[in-house]
Amino acid sequence: MPPKSFEVKPKLDESGSSIGELLEISMGPHHPSTHGVFRMDVVLDGEKVVKLKPVCGYLHRNHEKIGENISYLASMPYTDRLDYFCSMTNNWAYALTIEKLAGLAVPERAEYIRVIMAELTRLQNHTSLIGFFVHDMGALGTPLMYAFREREKILDLFEEVSGARMMCNYMRFGGVRVDVNDEWLARTKQLVANYGRFLDEFETFLNENEILLARTQGVSPLTKEQAINASLTGPLLRAAGVNYDVRKVDKYGIYSRFDFKVPLGEHGDLYDRYMMRVLEMRESIKILNQALRDIPGGPVMDPKAKLRGFRPKPGEVYGRIESPKGELGFYIISDGGPNPYRYRVRPPSFINITILEDMCLGHRVADVIVILGSVDIVLGEVDR
Amino acid sequence: METLEQIKLRIESALPLTKLDILPNECPAGERSLVVDASRGLDVAKFLRDDAQLKLDYCSNVTGIDWPEAKIKTKVKKKVVVEGVEKEVEETIETLRSGHLEVVYHLYSMELKHGPIVLRMRTANRTDQTHLPSLTPVWRGAEFQEREIYDLYGVIFDGHPDLRRILMWDEFVGFPMRRDYVAPDDFEYEPTPHDEVLVEAKKHYPVEVKAEVKPEVKA
Amino acid sequence: MLGEQIIKGMAVTARNFFGSYVSKERLTTVQYPEEHLAQKENTRQFPFLVYDGDDWEKGLRCVACQICEKECPPKCIYIVKSKDKKPDYKGQPQLYPATFDIDISVCMSCQICVEVCPFESIKMDTKFELSTADRFGGLLLTKDKLAKPNSYYQEMHPHDAADSDAVIAAEKAKAEAKAKAAAEAKVKADAEAKAKAAAAAAAAPIAAPAPTPPPAK
Repeated sequence: MPPKSFEVKPKLDESGSSIGELLEISMGPHHPSTHGVFRMDVVLDGEKVVKLKPVCGYLHRNHEKIGENISYLASMPYTDRLDYFCSMTNNWAYALTIEKLAGLAVPERAEYIRVIMAELTRLQNHTSLIGFFVHDMGALGTPLMYAFREREKILDLFEEVSGARMMCNYMRFGGVRVDVNDEWLARTKQLVANYGRFLDEFETFLNENEILLARTQGVSPLTKEQAINASLTGPLLRAAGVNYDVRKVDKYGIYSRFDFKVPLGEHGDLYDRYMMRVLEMRESIKILNQALRDIPGGPVMDPKAKLRGFRPKPGEVYGRIESPKGELGFYIISDGGPNPYRYRVRPPSFINITILEDMCLGHRVADVIVILGSVDIVLGEVDR
Repeated sequence: METLEQIKLRIESALPLTKLDILPNECPAGERSLVVDASRGLDVAKFLRDDAQLKLDYCSNVTGIDWPEAKIKTKVKKKVVVEGVEKEVEETIETLRSGHLEVVYHLYSMELKHGPIVLRMRTANRTDQTHLPSLTPVWRGAEFQEREIYDLYGVIFDGHPDLRRILMWDEFVGFPMRRDYVAPDDFEYEPTPHDEVLVEAKKHYPVEVKAEVKPEVKA
Repeated sequence: MLGEQIIKGMAVTARNFFGSYVSKERLTTVQYPEEHLAQKENTRQFPFLVYDGDDWEKGLRCVACQICEKECPPKCIYIVKSKDKKPDYKGQPQLYPATFDIDISVCMSCQICVEVCPFESIKMDTKFELSTADRFGGLLLTKDKLAKPNSYYQEMHPHDAADSDAVIAAEKAKAEAKAKAAAEAKVKADAEAKAKAAAAAAAAPIAAPAPTPPPAK
């Protein structure tokens, strides 16, 4: 059924008599700022949003059903395609879950490599998100291009190790696929050292820009209670002032060894969400510096891990990590066969748009775009 | 955090007439779960959220699972006395599992930073009694996930504020994530090298398009 | 002052703009069809089949075990086993693929086929400019299009190829040692048998007629 594009409804007052018109419009699916094919059915009173229903599924391919029909290993490249900005963290979440299920150990060096990859992913995701976010506000192109220039440097590092820029397919159950060499580590150190300088420039560029302040401060504030009850995760949750970071709570991998802080916002408005990303990147740089300093030598794969014919014992497990967009979880039920019996993904950006309507109500239609941009959705993950 | 047994006891004493089971889990991580009777689901959820010791204020993940009717073979070790000597014999017991749909909630506490508590509810069967109470009034974060389970599995959540299909389109018939779902016969002609798809595709497109093989001169 | 920060931001833009004329850091793009970026060694695009020697049909390493077909996540590989056998690099008779197709319009370049292959016979190519006007036939690569010599692989991924060659050499040496040991054992056995026969022949006339063994039932 084609979406209803424009529909005029009478606006009624309490007694039921018409006092104007409400306009129902369909924003998307081919809207440049919906970050993919995503649609919102919006009812407007003038410029004010009175109702908003997100409509998704345009990119639905039943990722979970595919996962149930192929082997454990074969799902790994499919996880790259969930949140195609952060394939490294997707890989990690899946590998971590299966390691929990089968009781595999991960060698020390592989743990460090995973942390380095995950934090680099966070850097490039947040950088490009800020680019998109200000792009949605009308800063067409320029900041986005700067962000993409830096992102490309990180993707080059990924390509060198894993062979692909975005669809890395790098981690395996019990380690990582290939080792990194010293030259790569040296260049990563170089990049991390320069990244701070780029962030300084980027912050001078945007942080106190009057237009950005006017468009973001006080828009769409979220309270702590709202954020928790709606299962928000990631920077969105922390912008509302809830101190919850899976890296700190679960201490998965080797995150307990690193010294870093969890930045917290105060108001939960758009500006806090923007700042949250900037501050998280600063913390990521800290983690990266420590990880690159401490990385030990040794193997990168658990010798017990099997590549072919992997059949974990029956059981079920839920594993989660802090991906740049929020809590990414995998829930796997094994019945002892070569394929999982149930393969479930907890997609952070899908769950983060649960209260998109509440965030947008009462705001202008132009703010809807910016609010959606601040949630940081990727449709590969929303629709699966 | 308390053990699952303690939680179970406390729930049962706080909410009379509630029957809970603990489902074992054999994998090394071993997260066991609480199986709740569907009729008491909402009360148990409210208890878990509001209890001062638990404060499970964050519903992380909601999963639907389809368990079709199946024969389950379990191996049981039995001690048998054979000719005066005690021997351990493995015996296979076949039980019939009635088909049902299951919904699993993974609950954490953001305030006390513990978890997960795994909560399960089961429907009576897979055909006409697929109603479960919605936990969206307790945890708003379950809203879209419950809609997704309704969409893909056909579990009807009573008390859900807006139960519509979310990933499939509204006119879609059937529940694609069920294990006995048969994909509709709407193949397009695609020259995938695979027999099955090719045979199916050819039924729909009688004109044969052959993959052209051009021999290439090797250097 | 209102607008002060905007002016500061404009200064950043200006620095980037003028910087792009002098600094490679600030101008990272290339004019693509004319210019290419240097390829990374590990880059992977689509799989190909490695063959040794000059004749691709003879030297193909693939033995049609169909592991890659089974493990391929999007199921884009199609293999038909041959009816007859031909010798592989170890000299043992092995099956070979009568048909080996990869549909690269389905392939997602995940490299799982390469990882699971026990015979070092499928590897990743780095060619990516494969667009074709024929959507159906043009993107279905058959065995003859997939076969590439080992020298091509060595040139493309020198480190990986060296590892792979080492594995092959080790396998070969092992097979040769085994064959040699088997041959030696055979020679030895033959010699022993001969010696025994000779001894028996020599002893026969001297020895008293042995009691005849009971007839086999």
